[in-house]
Amino acid sequence: MADGMDPTLDQFRAETRAWLQENCPASMRTPQVEDETVWGGRKEKFKNPDSKLWLERMAAKGWTAPTWPKAYGGGGLTKEENLILQQELKRIKARPALNSFGLWMLGPVLLEYANEEQKQKFLPDIVNGKIRWCQGYSEPGAGSDLAGLQTKCEDKGDHWLVNGQKVWTSYADQADWIFCLVRTDTSKKHEGISFLLFDMESEGVEARPIKLISGSSPFCETFFNDVKVPKDHLVGRLNGGWEIAKRLLQYERSNISATGFGADRAGTPPLHERAKEYVGTDASGKLLDPDLRMRLADLAMDDKAFKLTVARMAEQSKAGEEVGHTASIVKYAAAKLNQKKTEMTVETLGYQGLGWEGEGFTDLELASNKAMLRAKANSIEGGTSEVNLNVIAKRVLGLKEHKG
Amino acid sequence: MTFVLTEEQNMLKEAAQDFMSEQLSLTHFRKQRNAGANGKDPESWGAMAEMGWYGVLVPEEFGGSEFGYVGMGQVLEAQGRTLASSPLLQTAMVGVSALVLGGTDAQKSTVLPKIAEGKITTALAVDEHAHHAPANVAMTAEAAGGGYTLTGKKVFVPNGHFADLFIIAARTSGSAGDTDGITLFMVPRDTDGLTIGELSTLDYHGAANLELNGVVVPAADVLGEVGGGFALLDAVLDRGRIGAAAELLGLSVAAFEMTHEYLQTRKQFGQLIGSFQSLQHRAAIMFSEIEQTRSCVAGALAALDEGRDDVAQMASLAKAKASHLAHLVTNETIQMHGGIGMTDEHDAGFFIKRARVVEAMFGGEGFHKERYASLLGF
Repeated sequence: MADGMDPTLDQFRAETRAWLQENCPASMRTPQVEDETVWGGRKEKFKNPDSKLWLERMAAKGWTAPTWPKAYGGGGLTKEENLILQQELKRIKARPALNSFGLWMLGPVLLEYANEEQKQKFLPDIVNGKIRWCQGYSEPGAGSDLAGLQTKCEDKGDHWLVNGQKVWTSYADQADWIFCLVRTDTSKKHEGISFLLFDMESEGVEARPIKLISGSSPFCETFFNDVKVPKDHLVGRLNGGWEIAKRLLQYERSNISATGFGADRAGTPPLHERAKEYVGTDASGKLLDPDLRMRLADLAMDDKAFKLTVARMAEQSKAGEEVGHTASIVKYAAAKLNQKKTEMTVETLGYQGLGWEGEGFTDLELASNKAMLRAKANSIEGGTSEVNLNVIAKRVLGLKEHKG
Repeated sequence: MTFVLTEEQNMLKEAAQDFMSEQLSLTHFRKQRNAGANGKDPESWGAMAEMGWYGVLVPEEFGGSEFGYVGMGQVLEAQGRTLASSPLLQTAMVGVSALVLGGTDAQKSTVLPKIAEGKITTALAVDEHAHHAPANVAMTAEAAGGGYTLTGKKVFVPNGHFADLFIIAARTSGSAGDTDGITLFMVPRDTDGLTIGELSTLDYHGAANLELNGVVVPAADVLGEVGGGFALLDAVLDRGRIGAAAELLGLSVAAFEMTHEYLQTRKQFGQLIGSFQSLQHRAAIMFSEIEQTRSCVAGALAALDEGRDDVAQMASLAKAKASHLAHLVTNETIQMHGGIGMTDEHDAGFFIKRARVVEAMFGGEGFHKERYASLLGF
């Protein structure tokens, strides 16, 4: 709704602007620095003390989860009010107060599937960033075929007993709690899965970081050895977890669609600008490498097409139009785009893109090949590109399953 | 709203789709082809005039509905779906834009009402060689007796084989390749010294080569600024590029739908070929490309209506993406249909033939990538 059409919204905007002016610390209005990103939880160190203040103030208003009900710590804002809040945050270039799988993935399914007691127990600590969650989905034998998962969960009368192993658990070593898919019935596949929540400090839980080709360790192998979980920590129906799991994946993928994998590092100029420095230009300002120039134009076009598609989807969705078919392509397109972008960055930087650490390279140059390597996972995580193409073919295009 | 159609735009879209599928279907197109019409179909064009489509971009004071580019794009996309040959793109989008952007009041009031009523058609004559290169104009326009004398040639002018009025880019100063020194002229078809060579083209829509030998044009028929016509020409071409992109989008969607249908009916090895993963993935990739190209075309049309300053970039983006899409989809259409797609009897061939012509029209993928890089300053 345009400004001026609804006086209460105008007032909300004015109040929000004034509050942000007063409460958003100056350093939180500068471009995000990687190691100052706030994920919350018991282990959060708040490298920049302003980020702690910013989180506390935003959480007190419920604005880390603006549209969640106030009863669970959320902001209780309408869609229109939230849009204004986001616009005002963007206007002052505010950093996100909190990044969190709890906000992006778990919270929305708890609101939909959890009982009242569970909502009261878990949602407020997601909003205020006190508890950091990780996602226990993939297993060594259940990647693309996620429903093949084997982590066993037995009913021991007064508690559940969990045994098994998860892998690719993002930041399991940093997280406080896990939302976990477990097998509660071995006689069925999809209908034998339940959605369980438990504390990573429980006895028998061990998370071991996996070192990746990029040198970083964002993922863990996570082991469960006779982990006892209270009975009331199962969400939804017993053996009804697959539906919740799929719904959560929708939130995961739509979160990717909102940002793209290629969330450009704030303040970094577009690649074709940086290319001028590394490749050189002729008298008319054209890049000296004509082949690279054309491929950078191609990349710029792909980037623009993707951004327009996300914008189109958001606008149509807001207008109440069905956008599921567009959403289905976003994860696939985002992965492809980010891989192309990070590859071309390394190529454009030439020798300066090939340093691993230490002297002789800027931070940005050192980060380029890590980003390229990290991006290889974009077409694997959250559903491989091949699985995504299967989903488009079957669910959107209605093509039949192959027999035998 | 940039991407959500208004109720009126939706109604126009539906009316256009209904009209095209009923009166200008692929069956009709085949009949025209078989009769050797070379893209000329006055009866259908009269019916389009009654629908008011030539006046979609014409200001109300000159007899149009001034409905905007997003609306025009819906009609062109619908036309692209059935490969219909009509003056909509060249006259109602390109010709009207040239008059609206560059015409004097006298020129507008003389020409625009006739276009809106469907009484005359126009053709833009720019290129002189095998590739689109709007600054590469060598045709001379010498000042003489209060007017100009035009001499030179133009090639592959869309709709040139039937247009009543030509808008011709010629050079009043400088040399081929300079953007300075280009001027646009309006030249009626029956002008002395203008020879029109009708071309029979791959897409059965036809076109024309023009020879101008001392064609006299009065000063009153100069469109826009003398010697400073390139900016106007480029702006007019951008409208053509965006319109052509909308047609290519419609063409691609229709070819994809036909292929999608075939995947769900054709059986081999005892099953539907659409159940084979290698074909499923390629169909899904085409779908992904269609969705993203649609965003570009819709964004470009909206940029025109909103009068944004990134029209040139959006035009190159839309035309490059749509050309790429049409190329991909028409090739896959034949491959997925197998042998039947190679036969003249099947419509697959019509799609690839029309696609190749519109891909090249107003610059292909390569031209627009190069232009996009220049517009972004690298």
